[in-house]
Amino acid sequence: MLKDITIGQYFPGDTIVHKLDPRVKILITFVFIISLFFINKFYPYLLVLGFILTVIKLSKVPFKYVFKGLKPLRFIIIITFFINAFMTKGVELFSIGPLTVSEEGLYQAIFMALRLIFLIMGTSLLTLTTSPISLTDGIEKLLNPLKIIGLPAHELAMMMTIALRFIPTLLEETDKIMKAQMARGADFESGNILNRAKNLVPLLVPLFVNSFRRADELAMAMEARCYRGGEHRTRLNEIKMDKIDFIVITIMTIFFGILISTRYI
Amino acid sequence: MMIKIENLSYVYNPESPFETKALDNINLEVEKGDFVGLIGHTGSGKSTLVQHLNGLIRPTEGRIIIDGIDITKKETKLRAIRQEVGLVFQYPEYQLFEETVYKDIAFGPKNLGLNETEVDSRVKKAMELVGLDFEKIKDRSPFELSGGQKRRVAIAGVVAMNPKVLILDEPTAGLDPKGRDEILGEIQNLYEKENMTIILVSHSMEDIAKLVNKIVVMHKGKIAMEGAPREIFKNQERLEDLGLGIPQVTYFMKKYKSEGHSVSDDILTIDEAKEELLNYLRRRDNA
Amino acid sequence: MSNTMINIENLTYKYSTIDEKSFTALKNVNLTVDSGEFLVILGHNGSGKSTLAKLMNALLLPTSGNVFVNGMDTKDEEKLWDIRQTAGMVFQNPDNQLVATIVEEDVAFGPENQGVDPREIRKRVDKSLEIVEMSEYKNHAPHLLSGGQKQRIAIAGVLAMNPKCIILDEPTAMLDPIGRKEVMKTIKKLNKEENKTIVHITHYMEEAVEADRIVVMEKGEIVMQGTPKEVFSKVKEMKEIGLDVPQVTELAYELRKEGIDLPTDILTVEELVMAL
Repeated sequence: MLKDITIGQYFPGDTIVHKLDPRVKILITFVFIISLFFINKFYPYLLVLGFILTVIKLSKVPFKYVFKGLKPLRFIIIITFFINAFMTKGVELFSIGPLTVSEEGLYQAIFMALRLIFLIMGTSLLTLTTSPISLTDGIEKLLNPLKIIGLPAHELAMMMTIALRFIPTLLEETDKIMKAQMARGADFESGNILNRAKNLVPLLVPLFVNSFRRADELAMAMEARCYRGGEHRTRLNEIKMDKIDFIVITIMTIFFGILISTRYI
Repeated sequence: MMIKIENLSYVYNPESPFETKALDNINLEVEKGDFVGLIGHTGSGKSTLVQHLNGLIRPTEGRIIIDGIDITKKETKLRAIRQEVGLVFQYPEYQLFEETVYKDIAFGPKNLGLNETEVDSRVKKAMELVGLDFEKIKDRSPFELSGGQKRRVAIAGVVAMNPKVLILDEPTAGLDPKGRDEILGEIQNLYEKENMTIILVSHSMEDIAKLVNKIVVMHKGKIAMEGAPREIFKNQERLEDLGLGIPQVTYFMKKYKSEGHSVSDDILTIDEAKEELLNYLRRRDNA
Repeated sequence: MSNTMINIENLTYKYSTIDEKSFTALKNVNLTVDSGEFLVILGHNGSGKSTLAKLMNALLLPTSGNVFVNGMDTKDEEKLWDIRQTAGMVFQNPDNQLVATIVEEDVAFGPENQGVDPREIRKRVDKSLEIVEMSEYKNHAPHLLSGGQKQRIAIAGVLAMNPKCIILDEPTAMLDPIGRKEVMKTIKKLNKEENKTIVHITHYMEEAVEADRIVVMEKGEIVMQGTPKEVFSKVKEMKEIGLDVPQVTELAYELRKEGIDLPTDILTVEELVMAL
């Protein structure tokens, strides 16, 4: 059933990784991704692997959860690997038919695959250890300075929250409408692409109509609860930096400094 | 025999930590011309059961035979099942999608592969049966109708498939008393004039008592009680244990009897109570 | 402070439809709701009862006439947020009024908007969840709760704003009997124990039986009002409008027509047993 799909795969816990300020976690993830692309030798990846394993250990998230994030993206990783392997020109290693694999290509392919794998694991760790709410709070706070150039930080965060709140509701509704139309003989499973697209009309129209109705009612309910945008708003759980956050920032700055500098040694 | 359910079980999310047995060895028979009231509180398995009857869910175990056709066999065409059994979901008006009322009601019959003239007569008849004026509203958008009318259009959309068995999952939810009485009147009409076998899922014991000739009570995926309304409503305590109740007027007659008045408590409606009480009071006054 | 919570004077409200025709939803309505009162507004769909509720919360403004909430005119824009804080509102569809992905965050939404200090919000959230008996669910996701539980969360969300009055617009219409009982129990508790003025809008007559006063609406007008006993004794009028009365009330009415001597104000099984 559709509603069994889990979105925002948060793995609740009470560890140091969970308790870290979301802003710090988002920034670390961001810098982590950038530094992945700076690395051009193999041994720094051992450091990265060590880092990932340490975080997993500290967060007490079962290893298979972190690994699960790779599964839906395995084709992208494989395709990236082969494209890099075949498309990079250099000293020929071997060839299969018209396709040639060069030494540089093989290196490049392995680098890209490793980068992708670590990138996915890193971001998975962020969402696994940060609840959707603190994630949105963190993004809102980080984007706040950009308000000066007109970026609606609060509104974006509010949209994210509402989207997260309504995804399960809409999935459930999709399931129900599908069944109701199937009871009237609708067929969502056979025919060519064109027919299938056409057959979705009885599903999509009610879904849209109902979503607009929901949006309307939600807006009314929010207004009744004195919602008037981000100005003067306080929060139940204000996020604030602790001593531990500053310690983590210091350690991470050194770590990423070393990681990035390996490129130039 | 219209419906025969044999050893039906259904498990959600089998072999996962979320495994739940929604239906547990259900055996049930519904005769042609029965008007069945299906009751039980939310989560008792009512919805899962009725979705099985329409082939929307395949059973984990067991068989369902409708009018001689085993609908649980893989070979059975879904189209054949849908011609046998029509299912009206809760809040069916949220599934309307066409530009006009006519097109929306015609959706089902068209999916059955009927020709234009047959579709046309089906739509006309279905609208008439649910009390909608064909000429007046057939070209209107279903989205601009009132709540009660929308719901009728949605019910007509299923009725137009001309099923032998019509299942309605809480067709009066959210309607006011007037709207409720109108819809129930139309269901009664379908039962009497069109000879449809009806299964009505409802939370209202008063409505059930007024309409049905057989009650099936579900609890935790099993059939807890089954029988004629008079039989079922005698077991006030059992029903209350299951989070259900009996009609207020039945409750009153039981209470009145227990106070030492020699009246029958085998009463389901206000009219029956009135007659019984008048007889009793007049007997008493004459004595 | 006066004893009046809501005062409605000669209120008329017209909707304008797409084709520029206007539809009069409320016609010259006059109504006062006293502080601490439990008022039920009965009426069927389209009788104007939901429109009336939205006018009490300044979600809609009168076409003509006045609505005062605790002495504040709803047309006074400067008082808008005070009015919404004084008269909180709970809506029909439990799914479409919860904003956050965690129960306690949702309850906090109102006070957050009011700019209340975080420590005070925490206190209010915990207290509100306790009153609606949902404390153990504070870290749950709302979509996994039952309809009755969701509605109680919505009520807690309003309570956390510290309102004097709570307006409930058909909060039970989409619930099953168990959910309806839970919500009704909560509403009664708010009135009796928390001293909140309650305006409860419904078309279920069994929910009106325990009110202090019932107002019956039909076609945008108040057609009847009084105590439950006064209103339900008018069985014929109620049936004509298309509303229910308790089965025993109807039975007593039918018996009276046959010449049996019974009081007109029977509402409960016990009363009828005693009277016969």
